[in-house]
Amino acid sequence: MRRALVVGVLLSLVLAAAAGASEQKPTLSELERELICPTCQTTLELSNAPVAERMRSFIRARIAAGDTKSEIKAALVEQFGESVLAAPPKKGFNLLAWVLPLAGAALALGLLAFALVRWSRTRPETTGPAPASANGGPPLDPELERRLDEELARYDG
Amino acid sequence: MARRAKLTLQAAAILVIALLVTLLGWKVAEQEEGRGLSAALERGERPHPPKLTFETLDGDDTISLADYRGKAVVLNFWASWCQPCKTEAPMLQEAWERYRDDGLVVLGIDAQDFRVDAERFVERYGLTYPIAYDGNGKSLGRFGNTGFPETWFVGRDGRLVGEHIIGEFDAEQLEENVQAALDTPVR
Repeated sequence: MRRALVVGVLLSLVLAAAAGASEQKPTLSELERELICPTCQTTLELSNAPVAERMRSFIRARIAAGDTKSEIKAALVEQFGESVLAAPPKKGFNLLAWVLPLAGAALALGLLAFALVRWSRTRPETTGPAPASANGGPPLDPELERRLDEELARYDG
Repeated sequence: MARRAKLTLQAAAILVIALLVTLLGWKVAEQEEGRGLSAALERGERPHPPKLTFETLDGDDTISLADYRGKAVVLNFWASWCQPCKTEAPMLQEAWERYRDDGLVVLGIDAQDFRVDAERFVERYGLTYPIAYDGNGKSLGRFGNTGFPETWFVGRDGRLVGEHIIGEFDAEQLEENVQAALDTPVR
């Protein structure tokens, strides 16, 4: 248990350090995945549109000038609006885009758990094991079994 | 209690669905408005252009089509990275110089572009007509534009007139549509 905790903490530290490095020294390719070409509405990495080429040259220049990832994104948002971001910012109305899927998933899980509990409670109580039929299915109704025997006897006869 | 909780949940679900359907409807209606403009012009109708207000290129002021009531307007959507826009710019400047005293306004709308690039473009081509800036290109959808350049003409009565020109126009096409816009009576 303690070992798992240590591994978890170390992993979190490594991920935090990587995120910090990415924020301070972003690369063109990671920004290309996080930005949208305004004319073709795909990520920048998939676009060859002239405006996408211009955005790439802008990003290269800003990286060379030592700007952070947030600063570069903010500069592009100032030009093209928030729709240039592949993922909406986690603030204001856009926060809904992050919260709603999680809330929906939590609600679905809750409803599923609720339904399972109710279903298990409403199952009919059985007193002792039911006799199984020859094919492993539920036992036949005695009246039906009697009629079946009669029909088979008539057929054989 | 369980029944009340169930009813509350059902009401909340219906409310959320109604909200999503309303949003979808609003978005579709907005897109249809743009698509409908071009089709209406082709049918010989004269629809009103969408009511939009833009920032000026220098960011110090705003421009709206309503500001030009009583004038004929050439509405040209362009971007500095668009090649045909480079051919059109001198023709638009010439039309503006020739007909401005007759009541023509050329309004350039620079969209999906870096402001600094647009400013260089304006300087390079010596454009003196009003230029609006629509960085995120929201106006494009309202007009149903799908690319650059696209040009619309607004009559003196504030309604669209002539052709919706998709792509580069030639001098003759520009002249014909400018005359059609100038010839509309003021309402």
